Amino acid sequence: MKFLRDTWLVYQRQMLLVLRTPARLVIGFVQPITYLVLFAPLLKTALAPTGATTYAEAYRVYVPGLLVVLVLLSGFFAGFGLLAELRSGVIERSRVTPVSRPALILGRAFSEVTTLMGQAVVITVIALPFGLSVNVGWLLLAYLMLALMALMACALSYAMAMLIPSPAALGPIINAVSQPLSLLSGVLLPLTLAPAWLVGIAEWNPIYWTTNGTRALFTGSPGDPVVWQGMLIVIALAALSVFWATRMFARQIR
Amino acid sequence: MIEVSGLRKSFSVGKRGKTREVDAVRGVDLSVGEGEVFGFLGPNGAGKTTTLRMLCTLLEPDGGTVTIAGADLRREPGLVRRRVGYVAQGGTTTDEVTGREELVLQARMYGIGKAEAVERTEQALVAFELADFADRLCRTYSGGQRRRVDIAMGIIHRPRVLFLDEPTTGLDPQSRAHLWDEVRRLRDEGMTVFLTTHYLDEADALCDRIAIIDHGEVVAGGTPAQLKHEVAGDVVTVGVNGSGPRARELFGDRPYVRKLDLDERGGLRLYVDDATTAMPQIMRALDADDIAFDTLELHRPSLDDVFLIKTGRSLRDK
Ligand SMILES: Nc1ncnc2c1ncn2[C@@H]1O[C@H](COP(=O)(O)OP(=O)(O)OP(=O)(O)O)[C@@H](O)[C@H]1O
Ligand SMILES: [Mg+2]
Repeated sequence: MKFLRDTWLVYQRQMLLVLRTPARLVIGFVQPITYLVLFAPLLKTALAPTGATTYAEAYRVYVPGLLVVLVLLSGFFAGFGLLAELRSGVIERSRVTPVSRPALILGRAFSEVTTLMGQAVVITVIALPFGLSVNVGWLLLAYLMLALMALMACALSYAMAMLIPSPAALGPIINAVSQPLSLLSGVLLPLTLAPAWLVGIAEWNPIYWTTNGTRALFTGSPGDPVVWQGMLIVIALAALSVFWATRMFARQIR
Repeated sequence: MIEVSGLRKSFSVGKRGKTREVDAVRGVDLSVGEGEVFGFLGPNGAGKTTTLRMLCTLLEPDGGTVTIAGADLRREPGLVRRRVGYVAQGGTTTDEVTGREELVLQARMYGIGKAEAVERTEQALVAFELADFADRLCRTYSGGQRRRVDIAMGIIHRPRVLFLDEPTTGLDPQSRAHLWDEVRRLRDEGMTVFLTTHYLDEADALCDRIAIIDHGEVVAGGTPAQLKHEVAGDVVTVGVNGSGPRARELFGDRPYVRKLDLDERGGLRLYVDDATTAMPQIMRALDADDIAFDTLELHRPSLDDVFLIKTGRSLRDK
């Protein structure tokens, strides 16, 4: 109970800070929207081999990948925010109180996830006039999958920040982890276009499965087994990451 | 109220391969009574913040035992957290929120319900005279206003002990005086206040008892008056310019000089029991040895003299 209450308290506070600094929100949008407007139109021809022959079909393939990139890459940046807050003493001020320690990290993670999902919704809406059309029920399920991916990325980033508490050293490491993870999951273009050896490597990447699951929901094939496979994988990954992050936080920060 | 014995902490610093141990706190013993304003006086890097962070459960001690307000620091950190308040050296107000929001949040972090938190915030706004700016963003506050919000946050859960890390550093004289009054008011309400400072006048005027810390060790402790008395009755400073070493030798074995010290600017400080009898003897001795001097000053010992005697360095010069 206390844990839930404290998580809610931290969450509310972090959301207040997000709303008070809208500039950060806007910066988060710029890149995905640029891609949506300037890159996606190239896709109709590029995606033709996958059977996407209209803009609507191309966007149904491309938008989910774009959203996966958004939640993964932005999520992986959460650790830097945590380090800044540790340095400024804000977290120390909470730590002298008896507030639940996991709540300090989870409340923050949930606020990051909320922000990212807000951005995901806006990007979806912007894609609609380009011809994106998707069943609302499956869309909500896809959002759930994205939210779990965001949670996983944040938690991993927090854990890595605890392990390497210097922003200068953390940057390259986060890049080294997040770039191959997202490229090897076919976020930009589906890996059906890729040579067999690349697909062989990608199949070892859990994000490959969750990305394909999200994409299947967008393209209107919820019965594809990759949907439940991706969902199970992302639930397990999110749970493990959150467990690791709270443990690291409790150990390093007391 | 606070009993500390053998408190130790060291950090390992440096790049991989070439790490070095820094003994930040090496065996501190302290005893602070209920309702006291206790001052921890020391120069930069003395170990003040490190000690405070350990006492507030933020940092795990390497050794030693601590009891605060009846709770054992190691075994009952949760209880200690409920009974102490801590105001960090840098302050922690967040730019994008208001002072009122900060206070309510901090109260709620202590597990206080929403209505009660709002009520306590209201009281704190009155007690610390924050009402005028409480609904503005903290970004717009002056240093003194921020500090007062910090302290109000530190006591929002009505702790029995309040730790203040350098509460007046960077404030103008007026804000400092205001803050001193706040601290005295808290003491009069029965709170025990443990503060750190490197201001001599602050330790002297505000604190009931002080401990001087240098290089992680307590080198002296007591009431300011006791400490000054321990040093000597009076201090005579003679400006001897170039003849410092000769003068030092001259007074080295005089029975009326308890201790002497030569500073870099050629001032010889003589600690004597009673200046009225010592002054004529000092002047006669200087004359007899033909040592020219341009100034001769007499003053009551200050905490700086205490610091100088105990550590061989002046706190004021830094
Ligand atoms: N986290 C840390 N890692 C490594 N060394 C540290 C750490 N914290 C403190 N130290 C070292 O411990 C010593 C004591 O530092 P501390 O901050 O306690 O001093 P202080 O008395 O509060 O000084 P100031 O008046 O400057 O605030 C210093 O040499 C400092 O460099
Ligand atoms: Mg300090």
